Amino acid sequence: MEQKLIEKLEKQALQIRMDVLEMITEAKSGHPGGSLSAVDIMTVLYFHKMRYNPKKPKWEDRDRFVLSKGHACPALYACLARSGYFPLAKLKTLRKIGSCLQGHPESNKCSGIEASTGPLGQGLSFANGVGLAGKLDKKDYKVYVMLGDGEVQEGNIWEAAMLAAHYKLNNVIVFLDHNRLQIDGELKDVMNIEPIKDKFSAFGWHTIEINGHDFKEILNALDEADKVKDKPIMIIANTIKSKGVDYMENKAEWHGKAPTQDQLKEALAELV
Amino acid sequence: MAELKATRDGYGEGLVEAGKNESVVALDADLAESTRSIKFKEKYPLRFFDVGIAEQNLVATAAGLAASGKIPFASSFAVFITGRAYDQIRLNAGISHLNMKIVGSHAGLLTGEDGASHQSLEDISLMRGIPGMVVIQPCDFVEAKKATIEIAKYKGPVYLRLSRGKVPVINDENYKFEIGKGIMLKQGKDIAIIATGALVNEALIASDMLKEKGIGARVINIHTIKPIDKEIIIKAAKETGCVITAEDHSIYGGLGSAVAEILAENCPTKMHRIGVNDKFGESGEPSELYKKYGLTAEDIVKAAEKLLKK
Ligand SMILES: Cc1ncc(C[n+]2csc(CCOP(=O)(O)OP(=O)(O)O)c2C)c(N)n1
Ligand SMILES: [Mg+2]
Repeated sequence: MEQKLIEKLEKQALQIRMDVLEMITEAKSGHPGGSLSAVDIMTVLYFHKMRYNPKKPKWEDRDRFVLSKGHACPALYACLARSGYFPLAKLKTLRKIGSCLQGHPESNKCSGIEASTGPLGQGLSFANGVGLAGKLDKKDYKVYVMLGDGEVQEGNIWEAAMLAAHYKLNNVIVFLDHNRLQIDGELKDVMNIEPIKDKFSAFGWHTIEINGHDFKEILNALDEADKVKDKPIMIIANTIKSKGVDYMENKAEWHGKAPTQDQLKEALAELV
Repeated sequence: MAELKATRDGYGEGLVEAGKNESVVALDADLAESTRSIKFKEKYPLRFFDVGIAEQNLVATAAGLAASGKIPFASSFAVFITGRAYDQIRLNAGISHLNMKIVGSHAGLLTGEDGASHQSLEDISLMRGIPGMVVIQPCDFVEAKKATIEIAKYKGPVYLRLSRGKVPVINDENYKFEIGKGIMLKQGKDIAIIATGALVNEALIASDMLKEKGIGARVINIHTIKPIDKEIIIKAAKETGCVITAEDHSIYGGLGSAVAEILAENCPTKMHRIGVNDKFGESGEPSELYKKYGLTAEDIVKAAEKLLKK
């Protein structure tokens, strides 16, 4: 049963990766690295875990996903399109004039986007607000958040980390996409964030560490998160930047540049 | 003599009234006493959230609440909420156009003794530049209270600018607040004084002083700086041919700039801006600061006489 689910998710993730690469190539700009490192987790959320209805995007009881590291939006747009929020054909319009698929996500432009993001460091506070509203309204929805590991260098993250623990927001479940890279290089050289798990534990979070590309570990972490009673949940997901494309993997230079048509072909050949 | 009360006190009372709507929530960043959001906290403790000394967190958390159907009022000192959290405001109140209310108390020289770092003189300029943002500065306690109640009903982002210092209450409890509508408080055909916030009262005094000199000075209260009441401003300019703006804010980017933009495009008119002229404030009593920085009724009178001679 679980094996079947995992096979399904693996296939889906492959599809999302291809979408991401095609979109960015077509747009001639965008962020492949951080999109690809987050794909497996987002696939589990959108194609298994989260409760939502694309026909009723504002349904009050839906689970929410906040892509705090908004530059990874190609992955978000692909997940939304493939789960029925808008036609697949729209993906080709990424970053083009008049498109609903802006270079960074805007909640007013496109169905399914919960928060406008892109300026880093804000998404966790936003998610906390959604979590507080859920508690006030006695709703059981959950807010899932994707943070970048470089992003947690922002002070706003730690303001939010305190708040989530203070208000015991166990409906806020965060993945830290720990790919160890940011724009200027490796986090350990630019600005070390370790020991990041201990930091969140010390801030009062329930912390879990997983391989962010292992579906079984992602699924188990989400199950564990559901059982936490009075703490927010931080899942440190060890990932590989640009995961899935050999020549891009673990290279800071692929943070924010588009592949050429030839490079795209090479990448797609690897994925199928 | 009119009673003296601060606009922040009007906010506190208005917020409690607005709180009858259960969707209204309030957040503060450890200044609940100063901003008067404490009044809401006392009445509706479950709908009040202190976020700690963390203004970026304050605004972005409010955004999440707004996106979930709440009507959040997030308050702090004007300088901190608009300055520290500018990007959070721009993204959520601006780009996402969420129904959230940003409340900055302690605006202007009226803040007094705390000094330059705490006297916000640039916040109108910052907030006015954000597309879709409504910018309101009440002139007295009653207007502040009524404005608070009204903006809770308005669907969209609002910046409410309040002050610490007490000013005369010039409106009575029957006063009706309408977003975007300028108010002519005094007739006059020779010159128009267009004022906002605490300077409305100074403008009224100036008008009386000018009257004794045989000059008819119209006084207009612009509580909504954006969207601004163009008609009342153009009409005043056409009928008087002479305009003075007055505000406890920098002359750059605030009411003076907004009026100048309208007049330049519609009916170029002689004008003078009363406000803080490219300076920071300093510690002192508000009345002393108003004298030193040229924000008193006397300063308005002087500027009017000079402008009329031009
Ligand atoms: C406030 C802010 N500062 C700077 C940037 C520019 N920026 C975009 S992505 C990025 C690096 C992000 O690194 P990380 O969070 O590790 O993301 P990932 O590795 O997952 O792509 C930076 C600095 C931004 N978007 N927002
Ligand atoms: Mg990274």
